[in-house]
Amino acid sequence: MTMQMNGMDPVIRLRGVAKTFTLHNQGGAVIEVMAGATLAVAAGECVGLVGASGAGKSTLMRMIYGNYLTAAGTIEVAGTDVSRADPREIVALRRDRLGYVSQFLRVLPRVPALDVVAEPLIALGRPEEEARTRAAALLARLRLPERLWSLSPTTFSGGEQQRVNIARGFAHPFPALLLDEPTASLDALNRETVLTLIEEAKDRGAAIVGIFHDEGARERVCDRLIDVTGFTPGREG
Amino acid sequence: MTDQAYNFAYLDEDTKRMIRRAILKGVAIPGYQVPFASREMPMPYGWGTGGVQVTAACLTPEDTLKVIDQGADDTTNAVSIRRFFQRTADVAVTEHTRDATLIQTRHRIPEEPLTEDQIMVFQVPIPEPLRFLEPRETETRKMHELSDYGLMHVKLYEDIAKNGHIATAYDYPVMVEEHYVMSPSPIPRFDNPKLDRSPALMLFGAGREQRIYALPPYTKVRSLDFEDHPFEASKADHACDLCGAEDSYLDEVIVDDAGGRMFVCSDTDHCAGRRAAGHVGRLGAGTEDVK
Amino acid sequence: MTDLQMTRPLFSVRDLEKRYGARIGCTGVSFDLYPGEVMGIVGESGSGKSTLLGCLAGHMAPDAGTIAYDGRDVLAMSEPERRRMARTDWAFVHQNPRDGLRLSVSAGGNVGERLMAVGGRNYGKIRDTATDWLGRVEIAADRIDDRPSAFSGGMQQRLQIARNLVTGPRLVFMDEPTGGLDVSVQARLLDLIRGLVRRMGLSAIVVTHDLAVVRLLADRLMVMKGGRVIEAGLTDQVLDDPQHAYTQLLVSSVLQV
Repeated sequence: MTMQMNGMDPVIRLRGVAKTFTLHNQGGAVIEVMAGATLAVAAGECVGLVGASGAGKSTLMRMIYGNYLTAAGTIEVAGTDVSRADPREIVALRRDRLGYVSQFLRVLPRVPALDVVAEPLIALGRPEEEARTRAAALLARLRLPERLWSLSPTTFSGGEQQRVNIARGFAHPFPALLLDEPTASLDALNRETVLTLIEEAKDRGAAIVGIFHDEGARERVCDRLIDVTGFTPGREG
Repeated sequence: MTDQAYNFAYLDEDTKRMIRRAILKGVAIPGYQVPFASREMPMPYGWGTGGVQVTAACLTPEDTLKVIDQGADDTTNAVSIRRFFQRTADVAVTEHTRDATLIQTRHRIPEEPLTEDQIMVFQVPIPEPLRFLEPRETETRKMHELSDYGLMHVKLYEDIAKNGHIATAYDYPVMVEEHYVMSPSPIPRFDNPKLDRSPALMLFGAGREQRIYALPPYTKVRSLDFEDHPFEASKADHACDLCGAEDSYLDEVIVDDAGGRMFVCSDTDHCAGRRAAGHVGRLGAGTEDVK
Repeated sequence: MTDLQMTRPLFSVRDLEKRYGARIGCTGVSFDLYPGEVMGIVGESGSGKSTLLGCLAGHMAPDAGTIAYDGRDVLAMSEPERRRMARTDWAFVHQNPRDGLRLSVSAGGNVGERLMAVGGRNYGKIRDTATDWLGRVEIAADRIDDRPSAFSGGMQQRLQIARNLVTGPRLVFMDEPTGGLDVSVQARLLDLIRGLVRRMGLSAIVVTHDLAVVRLLADRLMVMKGGRVIEAGLTDQVLDDPQHAYTQLLVSSVLQV
């Protein structure tokens, strides 16, 4: 699935994006949480989302990933309009063009860490051997002790789980990446590795949207910051 | 003399006509189990009530009847059925395979090749070969309809898995004209090849189960098997101790309390015929007919 | 995306309806399932999800609507055609393995049956294939001649899966595949199913009331209530941003661990 970006077109582009939640179980209350969100991220660029807690950073990330429906506007990611795509288009987008490193790892109890990391590559049809080699290299780089590779991450510490999660997110060179607190709960050495991984991704042309509470990290990898408070309903325009 | 209290061959004409219709349908669809309204017969189920009804429907006064049970003409079941038709139909009877026009049998096909002028009637306890694998009659009938017989091979698979070879020794399932899988009745698998393209008409009657099925003359009958475990018509690895026959199906007979045994032809007519022609087996010299 | 657009649906359902007298079993169900897609159908007991699955899999005849498999009209097929398809191209995994296994037949015989049904007549090859499949569902090869009645519930379910997948079907129907199993056994089975589905590129329709099962197995989700599909979409979208009141209730009712 090669992208034919001419380098000028943004990889991720949001236009007039709005989000409402209708809480049927609370009298059908309609809560507008976002309006007029507009954003463009070019290849090789990293945009940091900032704003107070609850301002909608995670909501925006989830809308870009297709987790949340869009009430209005368009969200184009690497050629797919997420706001209108049917499920299999989003599945295909996530498989080959859009990666997501969340704060939480959702894994099955029995799957070894190495396979968790290799899985995105296997889903793309890479030979299992090659996928595992790549996974092992990433886990080694993130200093996850080799004795843990064959174990399920369910029993890992927060920092270990986070490293598995990051390795999984970086296994395939996605042209678009969403990073939700990628350096949280990491020690200095591993934080450094993750920041290097992000820089490498930018160098190969990945468009990145991230949430970084770690200010040092933000300053180092983000080219621009967007304050999502500006997308609060009633304040747009 | 016919016992005047009965219609010819015991059954009334309407019943015989009903049975003949079932037989004709069976002949028209070789291997297909035709339901029929089985009658109460003056003998218990399991004693050949299906075969007796088919025989009754086929007999004419000119017929010569032979009845065998496990190959023998002189066992209780054979004797009583033969007597039954002597009384109710007054037909000629014989113990010689070649003289018979209709042979009712339980568990054997005679050794002597049958001819176009003969009818074989088999007594069948369980006509449904799939019964023990699939208890639902609705489902087995559907499987027959669609020739959906993977399950039949599962039985043979289980046999090999358990015993290293197909251990089914009797009632060995056959494929009729590449459509219906059929139970050949509990004949030894040694007899299965005799079903294939037999010149004689073969009729199968199951009284308790109320089914009739048939193999018209020269019907293709193939015993089911696997490529790497082909069907074998096995028999005891002996010669008949009375007549010396090496190619007939044998019964093992315990002759004393010390474990002494002998092997003799299960087909008594075949054995007697060979001995009359001068063939002598290991223990045959000077022996009276031990059976 | 162009190759996405070129791919034809494997299984297409339009306006499917099944009634039990005046009562609605399911109605107005339409969807397309594409090769390699896994769709979950969730809903509480009586929501019509089992009726729908029964109609889809050919276990009962719908009263209205159409079902196409690989471009062929399933409902217009003759019984032999449908049966042949059901034992080659399709598979059905029952909730209760006892409904999907022959308990009096050895594990090897259970796995081999479909091979024999489609003409397999070489004992050695059938046995080799059965051994291979037992391995794939993590049953030791030396259990091949044991009857499933001697197996644990999880093993029986894995055996049922092997028995179903041995002919390399393209579409698998699953009815509560992890229902009635211990939680630890469920996870193992889910992982196994997920791996097989992905490796074989299977399309699957999974009926369950367990949202954790669909989250792990299904790409897409249909939520049923009162015989109707009230919400459908990408699995994590439906679970994370449910739109319908019932779905919101369903999602919020799940105990968080």
